[in-house]
Amino acid sequence: MTAPLSAPREDKSGFTRDRAMWGAIMLAPYVLVFAVMVVYPVAYGLWLGLNWNSYKALFADPIFLRTVVNTIVFLFVAVNLKFLIALLLSGFFVQQRAWIRIVLVLFILPWAVPSIPTILSFRVMLNPENGMVNQQLFQWFGIMEGPGWLTDPTLAFMCSIFVHIWKSLPFWTLILITGRLAIAQDLYEAASVDGANRWQQFRFITWPSLATLYVTSTMLSMIWTLGDFNSVYLLTGGGPGDLNHVLATLGIRYMRNNNLDLGIASIIVAMPLILPMVFVMVKRLSKGADA
Amino acid sequence: MKKVLDEGKLLLIAIPVLVWTLLPIYHLFVLSISNQESMLAGKLWPDQPTLQNFQIVFKQQHYYLHNFWLQMFNSFFIAVSTGLITLFVATFAAFAIARLKVKGGRTIMNLALATYLIPAAFLAIPMYKAMGSYGLLNTQASLILAMVALASPYAIWVLKQASDKLPKELDEAAVMDGATSIQLFRLVYLPLMKPSMVVIGIYALLLAWNEYLYAFLLLSSERAVPLAVGLGLFLSADDAPWNLLMAAGLLYAIPPAVIYYMFRKNMVGGLTSGAVKS
Repeated sequence: MTAPLSAPREDKSGFTRDRAMWGAIMLAPYVLVFAVMVVYPVAYGLWLGLNWNSYKALFADPIFLRTVVNTIVFLFVAVNLKFLIALLLSGFFVQQRAWIRIVLVLFILPWAVPSIPTILSFRVMLNPENGMVNQQLFQWFGIMEGPGWLTDPTLAFMCSIFVHIWKSLPFWTLILITGRLAIAQDLYEAASVDGANRWQQFRFITWPSLATLYVTSTMLSMIWTLGDFNSVYLLTGGGPGDLNHVLATLGIRYMRNNNLDLGIASIIVAMPLILPMVFVMVKRLSKGADA
Repeated sequence: MKKVLDEGKLLLIAIPVLVWTLLPIYHLFVLSISNQESMLAGKLWPDQPTLQNFQIVFKQQHYYLHNFWLQMFNSFFIAVSTGLITLFVATFAAFAIARLKVKGGRTIMNLALATYLIPAAFLAIPMYKAMGSYGLLNTQASLILAMVALASPYAIWVLKQASDKLPKELDEAAVMDGATSIQLFRLVYLPLMKPSMVVIGIYALLLAWNEYLYAFLLLSSERAVPLAVGLGLFLSADDAPWNLLMAAGLLYAIPPAVIYYMFRKNMVGGLTSGAVKS
């Protein structure tokens, strides 16, 4: 037991060198993946995006302007509606009841299962002629011709917003539940002793504690919603008549039609929308990392 | 009395929430046991529930389903590979950053997280182009690599958080005993990190299993695509046999749902606590 006592001192510098070497070797696989799959493609994409002619062609495409408007409406409506519902539902789910825990387990299902069978299920269900929704409207209420859920442009657009919310609501509700559970319970006890009602408790305790999380999550959700291809493509394919594209589906459509430059351009035009959010997010995240 | 009223109010919320959540999943199930006729009648419950659709799917007896088992296997192969490779890449990186404190490690982790600030469909377009220049288009390697790139930043971040919680004294004691970095990794770090590694492996596996867009872009040959893309091919038909699609879709959706419920506590805990902290 005496020998090891003197050994470490000599090993110290050896270990530091060993540490630096293995640190670099072990970080290398990820750095390689990151460089090959993220850095190079993004840099290459930005470089391709310098082609002025693609923007001229893009703005000349009548579908494009409609798509920009759609994207903004989609983002604004879907994200705010989703977070409002998530905020309310998180208040429901934090109630301590055994049966509510079971409801929560079922509620998470849309998030756990793949998009393709479920969104296609929506698609069949909403079929105006023989979909379950309109058939049931006929059987229960005698409505001969139910709404053209996926054939009416406005309705179809609203349906893709709902499908998007259906899919992503569970995740954000869970986040807000966790946020609510982190609030000290004695604050609520003190408030109810002072006779504060539910609304006052929300207004003066819950909201101030959740606000930062709510805003950060909203921004992250906006970025992810912008990248949601499935809700629109699988439900309507951007139709009817290409009226319901968002930038995500339009970009991919250009690309699939061998028009990569237009695909890239249609992403880059979203930069003014993304960059401010990214800037705020990076600031917040780096603050969080230091704390 | 007040208690009953309270429960009633809660039920008033719970029922619409459950209908909203489960309706499309219920519909998926109903179609999968419907024959063509009751499917086209939009029945709430089929007249004569049948398992025939599953039989057709199992035996691949339809034009769209000729490669069902192969595509199911592809999904499995891609998901498991993504899980394993992500685990390998992320565990190494987290150890280097958290325990070896490699220079610039923190910066790389933060840059990695910036991957999530690029909308998925937007990143897919230049990634497709890059895959073309690497000569990897239409190979499953391209999809696996893409999925590893998407899963790793979060995986590294979660594993780093977990590593930070391990007591420093363990490392110090091991170093005193003359352990090298690699021994530290193998003998001290890996055994302690096992639970977090299971969660991360499953997270990456589910991510890849459920992915549609990247698979749809990067792979095209009918024999190479995972089941998600195989099912998407139904979209090109005007009068697709939706009941068959739904039967196949149900078979495709069950594994992730089961895995998810098996690991529910860890998954939800890990994912949400991570998100809340940032």
